[in-house]
Amino acid sequence: MNSIHYLKAAYAATWIIHLTYISILYRRYRRLRREIDQLKGK
Amino acid sequence: MKRAFLILAVLSIALLGFATYEGLFVAPTEQTMGDVQRIFYYHVPSAWTAFLLFFLNFIASVLYLIRGNDFADRFAKWIAVLVGVAGCIAAFAIKPMPYGIEPSSVATTALAITGIYFLIRKYFPDERTDVLALVAAEVGVVFCTVVLVTGPLWARPVWGIWWTWDIRLTSTLVLWLIYVSYLALRRFSTSGQTPSIAAALAVFGALDVPLVYFSIWIFRTQHPQPVIGGGGSIDPRMLHILLINWLAFLSFAALLCWARYQLEILHRKVEETHALEALLEPEGKR
Repeated sequence: MNSIHYLKAAYAATWIIHLTYISILYRRYRRLRREIDQLKGK
Repeated sequence: MKRAFLILAVLSIALLGFATYEGLFVAPTEQTMGDVQRIFYYHVPSAWTAFLLFFLNFIASVLYLIRGNDFADRFAKWIAVLVGVAGCIAAFAIKPMPYGIEPSSVATTALAITGIYFLIRKYFPDERTDVLALVAAEVGVVFCTVVLVTGPLWARPVWGIWWTWDIRLTSTLVLWLIYVSYLALRRFSTSGQTPSIAAALAVFGALDVPLVYFSIWIFRTQHPQPVIGGGGSIDPRMLHILLINWLAFLSFAALLCWARYQLEILHRKVEETHALEALLEPEGKR
């Protein structure tokens, strides 16, 4: 593999890791919002 | 509050875009490694950010463990002051510093320890220290994962191997494993003692941070020498772009921590409401 591919892979991997974490946070937020709505509805 | 968060988000995105452009297109090409050396602009700032977050976790964990104990609180306060003073005195008195460490980096680190201790103590009282410790560990693990993934991708074309069990790499992997265990403990343990047990684990885990950081000064390793703070040297243009990238990652880490902190506070409020609801429910319904 050409060394430039390693560079591309490293930059891509960094953003994949960060975006995965952001999506996990977003999913947790949506779950909490649903719970809050349920509590309000009671 | 919402506006400040949005401003930080816009600032982080702009900084990250600019820093990435500088790292990929403006920074000079390293003579022996070529373009693959540009991984450095993501790898090193991510490592520094992870260390800083683990350090925040350590201070918050200590503060959580000593809360409510006046003697321990006063003792820790004096230790924090002593670290700052001793660091400054050592920077002026010990010449030359061992392993080529720059006196200014010793003084800055010592003063940062004192400053961060008092800032957390003031702005994150009571249960909030525990929330801060959890948030710092979680975001720190994300950044440490980036370090462990980008490192081998840089090592393969330069060293010819993905991984070697030298002290720098191994201690970084151990550090990551310690904080993953910390997060697993926080996630799966239901005991009321979990925050205290996790805080104790974090205090011991933090001992690995200086080992990782100073391993390249003290031991002979495959990993390159430090680029700033002593030991190695770097082109001033590369250093400038490295620091821009660190600023961008610090800003991004602050944004992630802020979002995660608010989420945790909200989560705890919902849990409290559920607990109260269960208490108030009539006996037959339970």
